[in-house]
Amino acid sequence: MKITGYADKISARPGETLQFMVNCERPRYRADIVRLVCGDLNPEGPGIREQVVPTPANKSYKGRAQTIESGSYVLIPNSPMLQDLKSFTVQAMLWPTMPDKGTQAIVSKWQERRRSGFALVIQAGRLALQLGDGKGNVEVVSTNKQLLARQWYFVAASYDAETRRGTLYQEPQTDYPTVSDAGRVRKKTQLERVGSNQSALMFGALRTGSGRGKLDQKFNGKIDSPRLANRVLERADMERLKSGVPAHLQQSVVGTWDFSRDISSIRVTDVSPNRLHGETVNMPARGMKGYNWSGESMDWKQAPEQYGAIHFHDDDVYDAGWEVDFSLTVPANLKSGLYAARLRSGSEEDYIPFVVKPAKGKEKKLAFLLPTASYMAYANEHMATNAGMMELLSGRLAPFDKNSLFLNEHREYGGSCYDSHSDGSGVCYSSRLRPILNMRPKHISALGGDGSSLWQFNADTHITDWLEAQGFDFDVITDEDLHYEGLALLKPYQVILSGTHPEYHSLQMWDAMKAYQNQGGRLMYMGANGWYWRVAFHPDCPGLMEVRRNEGGIRTWAAEPGEYYHSFTGEYGGLWRNQGRAPQVMLGTGFSAQGFDISAPYRRLPGSFQARAAFVFEGIGKDEVIGDFGLIGGGAAGLEIDRADERLGTPPHTLVLATSQGGHTDIYLVVCEELLVTTPGLGGTENELVRADMVFYETPSGGAVWSSSSIAWAGSLSHNNYDNNVSRITHNVLERFLNPEPFVR
Amino acid sequence: MHTVYKISANDQDVVEEFNAKPIGHHSPALQRVLNVIRGQPVRDKYVLICTKPHKEWTLGQLTGERGKPVRMFKDQVFGSVEDAEREIFRRRWNLHTGTKG
Repeated sequence: MKITGYADKISARPGETLQFMVNCERPRYRADIVRLVCGDLNPEGPGIREQVVPTPANKSYKGRAQTIESGSYVLIPNSPMLQDLKSFTVQAMLWPTMPDKGTQAIVSKWQERRRSGFALVIQAGRLALQLGDGKGNVEVVSTNKQLLARQWYFVAASYDAETRRGTLYQEPQTDYPTVSDAGRVRKKTQLERVGSNQSALMFGALRTGSGRGKLDQKFNGKIDSPRLANRVLERADMERLKSGVPAHLQQSVVGTWDFSRDISSIRVTDVSPNRLHGETVNMPARGMKGYNWSGESMDWKQAPEQYGAIHFHDDDVYDAGWEVDFSLTVPANLKSGLYAARLRSGSEEDYIPFVVKPAKGKEKKLAFLLPTASYMAYANEHMATNAGMMELLSGRLAPFDKNSLFLNEHREYGGSCYDSHSDGSGVCYSSRLRPILNMRPKHISALGGDGSSLWQFNADTHITDWLEAQGFDFDVITDEDLHYEGLALLKPYQVILSGTHPEYHSLQMWDAMKAYQNQGGRLMYMGANGWYWRVAFHPDCPGLMEVRRNEGGIRTWAAEPGEYYHSFTGEYGGLWRNQGRAPQVMLGTGFSAQGFDISAPYRRLPGSFQARAAFVFEGIGKDEVIGDFGLIGGGAAGLEIDRADERLGTPPHTLVLATSQGGHTDIYLVVCEELLVTTPGLGGTENELVRADMVFYETPSGGAVWSSSSIAWAGSLSHNNYDNNVSRITHNVLERFLNPEPFVR
Repeated sequence: MHTVYKISANDQDVVEEFNAKPIGHHSPALQRVLNVIRGQPVRDKYVLICTKPHKEWTLGQLTGERGKPVRMFKDQVFGSVEDAEREIFRRRWNLHTGTKG
């Protein structure tokens, strides 16, 4: 892809301005604002449907390349105390995760052009001190002892400007017989002096210039308790500095940084009298257990002093930080909906999707809640390239479109919360301030089932397409709006329609939706595996979300013991189910099984013949098979599917209307949180839990919930020019839900 | 996933079943064979590149190394996903059994 881009916001109201950042490797490109209706390329389906919306932003622009610099670090701005160092001691606790991956800077004060300064590094898998005289000469002193991955070390280096001696300490915190990974080296260096410079002090990387792409020696692993002193310290004094600054060292200490302060922020605090504070860049992981974690406390709020580590990764990215190329002030008359800035240059194309919300007070009766938190969790996922399981999960070869090929090569675009970092640790933060190339119309995903193969954003365009085709008037709102605006966002609406896979919810989102239901709001759950993971949004940094993969649930990585609490909020992470709020509490059904090959139909159950549910099945035959067709796996029940379960919170008066039980392949397997004891027979042809249960129930104040309980449902809506029983049921429910007549008075 | 099951001539019966329906409901015997061949780790794993979406697929192969481009076999082009499945099944069958499937 020669053209990619992102916007500063995910949604805007009329009168608000969105900014677009574009990377274009061609001389010029054309931008047009389009209303997105359907993004499915499958010729069996409705086809691509979009309408150009005339706006002042629609025109030709000059292209320019914009790149992303991944890799996280801490930056402490330069100061006279840092710049004037002659002799020094630098020390830290270290947990390297990839000691053999090239040279990695733990602490650096370096100016590359003149080769001036110092850096405590890992080089060839060993601790080393890199010194530069400012005249182009570099000397490296190494312990020559191999560091082990994922082991804590005390590391330190000092340099005596008078004697020109460098000293290194590499001290493992665990001794393993027959393993020789400890080293102490003292060596006289040939350099006449260590040059000074005006560079920032950095932890976790070294900068070789001021522009982008100038980050080098990116470190993978944890750093805890870095210290800097202005003279050579004895080993005993280094030990004292671990826990504070004793009076006799106050003159010597330059900085004692405590990463356990302000864990929820990007601030980095120097607790020494010098107050040389700094910031994290590109969101390294915080709330990470430190070298002194005892295992007694699992919560960083309870024992912050044991969570003084930051985990740095060479592929962390937060804000791509690109220059703005054009902006759009949403016209007053532009109706709410799903839109995109369509970028084209020759055969190259990208879309930057965004939502136009209604002006306040101009809301319609129906809103489609776009699950943008889930898009962020999946943003730029690499499951088909990083792990071998995709073909097993989907029972077919993994398809790669141009976006997937690009993401495989451009790791600097960052991963999703389904990926692992290059060092194997889980990606717990995801940002939308970067191009998200799987949140695009026309995108084909390896997860999306045989046929159209759509997942998340593009699958959700089957819903906007159906709403348009059926002539429903609707607004579009997003998860992020729900998080920040709460119940007030939902209150004007008679009906909320979910996306196909609304999996991720913050506490604010969860509470707002529950309050909406309790006040008579009606929810149509158009998907499955919804309201599953708890997430947190960053308190200060926009467009940034956190997921901790705790305890159980279908997950592609597992949080380390002791790291189950969100760093952004201090809230316990993981499945809502494990916090007493299983999806059944919100939707009547919850995640029960998954498989990604073909889908199955539903058959009606006795509940569907009760008078309370008659409106759902108007025009549907008694024995009619429901949804034995569709663009997603050829059926309406598929991919991820949910079941009713009173023990988990399905209300006792719920009507189970239909089920897909017995129709699924053995690629479909029961979710792991159901497996207390593993037994044979977990697949779709054998296990009763492998099913999508369609349900209906009334809620307080005259409201109701209807759940399809299948991600594939929306892929069947357009079959036979929208004249089919999946479309009819959806239509029946929506019509009734839009009718203000209370279900129960 | 590395499976311990070894595909052998005893599995010959499933070849016909696979060729008749590469994607969908399979017998337990065929599923066991597919678990072996589809469970291959990412290094040298076959994938399908959508060279013309929903019209034309080109055989690709992952390198297993992050950032390395997917290898593309430009002479291996398919007009349907099922044809691609059959060809790749044939290649893997040969690899596992040393015989033509």
